[in-house]
Amino acid sequence: MSVLVLAELDEKGVVPQTRNALAAAVAIGGDIHLLIAGQNVEASAKAAAQYEGVSKVLTADDAAYATGLAENVAELVKSLATDYSHVLVGATSFGKNVMPRVAALLDVQQISEITAVNDADTFVRPIYAGNALATVKSKDAIKIITVRATGFDAVAETGGSASVEAVASTGDAGLSSFVGRELTKSERPELTQAGIIVSGGRGMGSGENFSLLEALADELGAAVGASRAAVDAGFVPNDYQVGQTGKVVAPELYIAVGISGAIQHLAGMKDSKVIVAINKDEEAPIFSVADYGLVGDLFKIIPELTAEITKRKS
Amino acid sequence: MKVLVPVKRVIDYNVKVRVKPDGSGVETQNVKMSMNPFDEISVEEAVRMKEAGVVDEVIAVSIGPQQAQETIRTALAMGADRGILVKTDDNLEPLAVAKCLKALADKEEPGMLIVGKQAIDDDSNQTGQMTAALLGWAQATFASVIKVDGDHAQVTREVDGGLETIKVKLPVVVTSDLRLNEPRYASLPNIMKAKKKPIDVTSPEELGVDPAPRLQVLNVAEPPKRAGGTKVEDVAQLVDKLMNEAKVI
Ligand SMILES: Cc1cc2nc3c(=O)[nH]c(=O)nc-3n(C[C@H](O)[C@H](O)[C@H](O)COP(=O)(O)OP(=O)(O)OC[C@H]3O[C@@H](n4cnc5c(N)ncnc54)[C@H](O)[C@@H]3O)c2cc1C
Ligand SMILES: Nc1ncnc2c1ncn2[C@@H]1O[C@H](COP(=O)(O)O)[C@@H](O)[C@H]1O
Repeated sequence: MSVLVLAELDEKGVVPQTRNALAAAVAIGGDIHLLIAGQNVEASAKAAAQYEGVSKVLTADDAAYATGLAENVAELVKSLATDYSHVLVGATSFGKNVMPRVAALLDVQQISEITAVNDADTFVRPIYAGNALATVKSKDAIKIITVRATGFDAVAETGGSASVEAVASTGDAGLSSFVGRELTKSERPELTQAGIIVSGGRGMGSGENFSLLEALADELGAAVGASRAAVDAGFVPNDYQVGQTGKVVAPELYIAVGISGAIQHLAGMKDSKVIVAINKDEEAPIFSVADYGLVGDLFKIIPELTAEITKRKS
Repeated sequence: MKVLVPVKRVIDYNVKVRVKPDGSGVETQNVKMSMNPFDEISVEEAVRMKEAGVVDEVIAVSIGPQQAQETIRTALAMGADRGILVKTDDNLEPLAVAKCLKALADKEEPGMLIVGKQAIDDDSNQTGQMTAALLGWAQATFASVIKVDGDHAQVTREVDGGLETIKVKLPVVVTSDLRLNEPRYASLPNIMKAKKKPIDVTSPEELGVDPAPRLQVLNVAEPPKRAGGTKVEDVAQLVDKLMNEAKVI
């Protein structure tokens, strides 16, 4: 049995979620290979060769893979997949875009966003916004899987010593091309990697008011997230959205501010270790999942909270 | 150009879903069903493209039991021109749904399929990408802006880091994300008009698709419950708890 994990790259190299997918591969067992597709990937490959659990790093260096276009990357993965019992990727927007295409090319029914591995054929995945957990057994010859990062602790960045081997490019399918990116710039930690997240909802009232949360986040070294309502209202960019159809997070501490706690929001954060809710409506459903609920006006509470933390820390 | 829009009948997003005690699935008896919210967004987009003169015909497709016809009627009331019901009592997985959509696309030759990003019941997020693969078409997933320009489309996508824009060749499969548009409510006259619009009925078998599942569902369970609900009095107490009890700051 051998498992292929598809790496995702950003401008800094292999993204951390790839190491959560590697952890799922470790749970499955067998020989683990990591595929790095991109342009000028030597440095990333060298770093990834140290990842715990990886026995071989495969590199596909071609401009066709530089921006992660699904049509090109899927052809490459398909060309390699038949040597493996399992092919995995992190359930990021990249993984979710590419992997179902690979699955269909191989005539396989993908298993999306697994949170646990029971055995080599059997996996657990949330359905209905996390209101139910399905245990499914795959009958396909190759298991094609996306991995929810919160289900698996990332493998270490060092400790391994994999060989690096180049594989043939499958080239440009000629169906799509990259135009540009508008990435949200922030000095704060990335949402899915943050130990603490401060999230705001419709109750924030405006984008300007998010500066209250940013001050608190900076004091805590936290990331800033949001509910769908806050994103739809244009308070913050789309990549802040936590929930069923946004990002799934499980930090040590999640502070929900002016968020009612709709099931679609809970789906993205209810596995956080400690949840704090701040809301003026004491009946808000968010309180039912909160370890510490504070009823009151956020515009009074948040500045007070930031000041109190600053005071206690000094 | 024709646009094909799949519309899935799912448990309404406001319903509190309950797991059946025997672990075989979730309760669907006497539960409100609606069109998958992402599919409403897709229908809206297709109808707007028709209103803008970019599209000639909007076809709504649902794969499911007889009642899925109601979901198609909703799409027709929003402005789709006709419907296709792929009637089956089996619960088709995304791969089988994609095969049905491919067969229909081969027949109808649309310039675009607008598929929902994700069905809120199975949360698979697969069907659009799979359909594009089977057709050998380009794909533009998680779309928040679609601009058709001759034989290409420019699509802005919601990705983890922000927004990304790609250019894709037509025909294409696009999947709709939340910020693509705000779907309209069907007006009463349009609901009446929709009753006269045609709905063809076919089946997976007629389309040459094997409906058998590849995944065996061994068990469906309720997730562990959080023991939440505790309130604190004020900010000082909250900070105390976070520092000394939970030890997270
Ligand atoms: C298909 C679909 C997918 C979805 N996906 C997601 C998703 O991924 N993520 C997500 O979050 N949602 C998602 N939603 C939306 C979800 O159903 C809710 O509409 C949304 O989460 C509500 O956001 P909110 O809590 O910010 O707003 P509201 O529900 O309006 O709550 C605002 C809260 O702020 C409180 N408040 C107001 N003013 C103050 C104040 N001054 N001080 C303190 N409290 C105050 C109010 O008491 C209220 O509880 C989805 C919905 C659908 C249909
Ligand atoms: N049975 C179905 N009938 C019609 N459309 C479907 C069906 N299943 C999936 N789809 C389409 O595929 C999208 C994504 O579904 P999924 O891949 O299951 O998350 C949905 O939003 C629909 O547009």
